Order: sequence, then C-alpha cells, then structure tokens
Amino acid sequence: MTSLFLNSRWPGLALLTVVVMALPAILPNAFYVDVAIRIAILAINGIALNLLMGYTGQISLGHAGFFGLGAYGSAVLTSHFGVPALLALLASAAFTAVIAYGVGRVILRLRGHYLAMATLGLGIIVSIVLTNEAAWTGGPDGMAVDGFTLFGFTPSGERQWYWVFAVLLVGTVVLAQNLIDSPAGRALQALHGSETAAAVAGISVRQRKIAVFVLSATVSAVLGSLTAHYSGYVNPGLAGFLQSVELVIIVVLGGMASIYGSVFGAVIMGVLPQVLAGYEGWDSVAFGVIMAAAMIFLPRGVVPSLTAWLRSPNRRRGEGAAC
Amino acid sequence: MLTVANLSKAFGGVLAVQDVSFHIPAGCVYSVIGPNGAGKTTLFNLISGLYTPTSGSIRFEDREIAGMAPERLARRGMSRTFQNLQICRNLSAIENVMVGAHLTLNANMFAGMFRWPGLGRADRACRARAADLMERVGCGAFVRADAAAMPYGALKRLEIARALASDPKILFLDEPAAGLNHTETHEIETLVADLARSGLTVVVVEHDMKLVMNVSGRILVLNYGRKLAEGTPDEIRTNPDVIAAYLGGDDEEE
Ligand SMILES: Nc1ncnc2c1ncn2[C@@H]1O[C@H](COP(=O)(O)OP(=O)(O)O)[C@@H](O)[C@H]1O
Ligand SMILES: [Mg+2]
Repeated sequence: MTSLFLNSRWPGLALLTVVVMALPAILPNAFYVDVAIRIAILAINGIALNLLMGYTGQISLGHAGFFGLGAYGSAVLTSHFGVPALLALLASAAFTAVIAYGVGRVILRLRGHYLAMATLGLGIIVSIVLTNEAAWTGGPDGMAVDGFTLFGFTPSGERQWYWVFAVLLVGTVVLAQNLIDSPAGRALQALHGSETAAAVAGISVRQRKIAVFVLSATVSAVLGSLTAHYSGYVNPGLAGFLQSVELVIIVVLGGMASIYGSVFGAVIMGVLPQVLAGYEGWDSVAFGVIMAAAMIFLPRGVVPSLTAWLRSPNRRRGEGAAC
Repeated sequence: MLTVANLSKAFGGVLAVQDVSFHIPAGCVYSVIGPNGAGKTTLFNLISGLYTPTSGSIRFEDREIAGMAPERLARRGMSRTFQNLQICRNLSAIENVMVGAHLTLNANMFAGMFRWPGLGRADRACRARAADLMERVGCGAFVRADAAAMPYGALKRLEIARALASDPKILFLDEPAAGLNHTETHEIETLVADLARSGLTVVVVEHDMKLVMNVSGRILVLNYGRKLAEGTPDEIRTNPDVIAAYLGGDDEEE
C-alpha cells in the first residue's frame, strides 16, 4: 500500500488537487483565502528554487530578486506605459530571463560559498535599484498596480484570484514533476551528483546549470507579475534578502530535491507565523526553535525524511531516495 | 583508433605525464600499467578531456582532440570509468546507468516538462536497456537499489554499465578490479574480453598482472610519467627495463 503511494506520482497529485479544490469551501473568510494564496505563491517560488538548489545543487540566496523583477516589470510597464497586463508579464519574464542568462553565465562558474555570495549580491542589487529608482518604482514606499485583465476577464477579490494561483500551483507541480522524471531532469540531478560523471556522459554541465537558472528565474518572474496584480501593490521588500532566505528555508525545510517538500515548506512558512502571532514577543523565538528542531530531527527535510521512514520495511530509519 | 604523440602534463612543478607517445589499434584491449603515481589516471584524464595537455597531440579517429571538452568527446564515442568512483549518489542505481545514455535521448527541458510524444517510450526503453547492462556487468541484483546504498564492488560495476550505456567506440577503465576479490576480478576479465570481442576498443589501467597479461593485446608501461616500454604481453614480460623497474621490484598484490 504505502509503496504504491510512495512510488507513483498520481496519489500525491490527486491529494494536492483535492485539497486545493476543497479549500475555498472550508476557509471562512477572505483573510484565510489570502493566506492560502500566499502559500501557493511561496510553494511555486519554492519549487522553482528547488529545481535549481535541490535538484541541480546550485544555491541561490537572491532568488526573490527575480520575483521582484517580474513584479516591478509588470507594475512599471502597466502603470507608466499603459502596456496590457499580459504583454507586460511576458516582457518582464523575457527581461528577467535575459538578466538571469547574463548573470548565470558569469556566476554559475562559481561553486558553494562563492555562488552563495554572488547570488546574495544579485538579490541585494535588485532591491537597491528598486528602492533608488524612485521616479519609476516609487522608491521605498513602492507603487500601486492595476488589476490583471485577460480576454476581458479581470480577477478581483481573493476568491477569484485563488483559482488563478491554484491552477498555477497544480500546473507547476505537474510540469516540475515531468521535468524531474525526464532525461533533462536526470541530467540536472546527475551534474549535482557528479559534474565529472555528467560531463563524461555528454552532459554540457555549464549550459545545463545556466538553463535551469534561467528557467527558475523566469518562473519566479511570472509569479512576481501575477502577485503584483493580485496585491495591487509592490514594494522593494518583496525582492529583498528576507524573502530570498524564506525561499531557501522552504526548500531546505520541506526537503531538497522534493517537489511536495516545497509545497509543504510553503504551508509551514505560511501558517506558522499566523499561529505564532498570538504569542507576541515569543513568536520569533518559537519560530527559530521549530526550524532548528526540524533540521535536527528531519535533516533531509520533512517530506524526504517522512517518505524514507514510510518506505523502510521495519519503519526504522530508511535510506530511500527523496520522492 | 587513438594516437597519442609527445603528450605532457605538468601540475606546477610536477610532470605527471612526460613526452608519452603510443598508438591504440581499433578493437583491441590496451592496458596501461605502472606503479602508483606513474601518471596513468592523468593520462586517462588528458585523453577524456578532463585535463588540458601542457603539450602534445591526441588524435582520435584522425581528429585532433587534445583539449576538447569531455561532453564533445562523449559525442564522438568516448566513455570511461573512474578509479575514485564518480557515482551520482542522489540518483538510483539504474538512473546512474541511464545518465550514461544521455546522448541517446531527447534531453530538452521543455520536451521533458511537456512530455514530448515518444519521450516516455524512449525513456522506458532506455531503462530496460540499463537493467540489461547492469545484469551484463554483474550488478543486476541492484536494479532497484539506490546508488547510495550499494557496496563498493557493485559501484565499480555500475560505473562500467554507465560507461557502456552510451554505446561507445572506445572505453577507458581505470582500475576496474581494484578492491575486488579473485572471483570478481575474473568476472571483470571475462567482461573485458567479451567487450573487445564485440568490437569495442577497451583501454584498461589495472594493477592485477594476471588480468592484464590475459586480456591485453598490447601494454603500455609508465614510470614517473614517462613511457618505459610498450608492446605485446610477451614483450613486456621479458623487457629488462620493466623487470628492473616494476615487475622485478616487490611483487604487485592482486
Ligand atoms: N589534479 C592534480 N593536481 C596536482 N597533481 C596531480 C593531479 N593529478 C595527479 N597529480 C600528480 O600526478 C602524478 C601522477 O598521478 P596519477 O596520474 O594519479 O597516477 P596513477 O594513476 O598512475 O597512480 C602524481 O604525482 C600525482 O600527485
Ligand atoms: Mg590512478
């Protein structure tokens, strides 16, 4: 039973779909729907980063920068230039892809701590630019963003936007899972395991790293665009260091190289602050303790640790691969 | 098939390979022997594109390949294993073998994301073939295992399966029998002989003299980065330089 559940992709997808479909009926008011939307946004961003970090083994501490580029690209193009929202989204995504390609070519030569520093710098540069170019971006105060109209339909209110992000989340899970199970995804994981072995097998290690970096950045940019329209507002904080760190926590806590791990990590990062908000003054301490405990007891991340445990025949610690 | 001329590689002041020349005929088992530190692995790394030569030429099927990137050499039909294993421990055993077949599959990211027609079928065929290869090299028992959970000896065989998955023209094996027992070493010997019989050119670095003498068509002896001797097993066995410098010294352990 459990092995059927753990080895097939369909049960996980069915569960996710059912939860996503059922949530609006369960959530009592718009506040909770907004929390659900924020979780979906974190989950999609987490999956994008996980492709780069968990599967390909390339760290990024500045990933929110790409999210910010998408968000501000759409904000500026629609507000200042009257560009239609869809066109602005595509233009911002293309712009971000070009930036990611240029930056990736240079920094993906680096490894480990050096790559971490370079991506950290990239994220910081993006937030500084967004803060300083006040004439375009509204500076530290941010700027308002109009709704998103596509084919005459403008989602408004949390309950309509919910479906936009729900479809996006399920779609991202499916596409990411497809990619991981394909020869291309295997190549990414191979170069994570051994760059030498990958290269000798004919995998263009550097090109593959750049490609997944661009893909990951572009997904975040598209998500940033939609988030800007949903929020009706952008500020430089959403491209900031804290946001980038939050994404890294989602990937590591949920589980490196686990798609559902990122979904789970996003749920924790979305829900925990709400739960802890009642314990004012202690919330950040409790948050820190929970994070530390999770890493001590579930070092490979929640989802891979649990699947390994379920997989092991005698329910002791198993060595199964992350799903 | 492969001609190396005046090949040298320096690491700072260390001359790991010095002015080495030899020719590997197609379809033969060619062995490279020599004491530890003689430059055998460096020679493999130079030929397979992991190191750029300091000087010299490497011609593969009449094309100069010195300094060419490993992924391009793979495309030309070169494949290898590693003395210090290069296993992807984040993948399952069979996926490691499938990585070897990378060039035979459509590895476009978008094709993967959108399940390009035919891709699933090709990938399943690749998986089946990978399982066959694992069977053939003698690690069929680990078809469902994670690479991280496999013992050393099985991983050595897994590397051979991965190297074969690309259907290479020339295969380099760096100490395939190191750490294996008598029976296992004999299985490797049989495998190498079989591969050569099927038309593959196999280049082997190995310390086990019995294996080397049994399977090799020709042998290259390296010593301190230099070519000490080259010839048929009989010529090498009776070569006074080789006896003095290598075979004569303390006898090689199996
Ligand atoms: N990447 C490297 N950097 C510096 N020195 C190296 C490197 N690779 C090999 N060497 C040196 O080159 C010499 C030959 O090593 P190697 O080719 O591994 O020998 P063998 O495989 O015959 O045992 C040794 O002295 C070794 O220390
Ligand atoms: Mg060696």
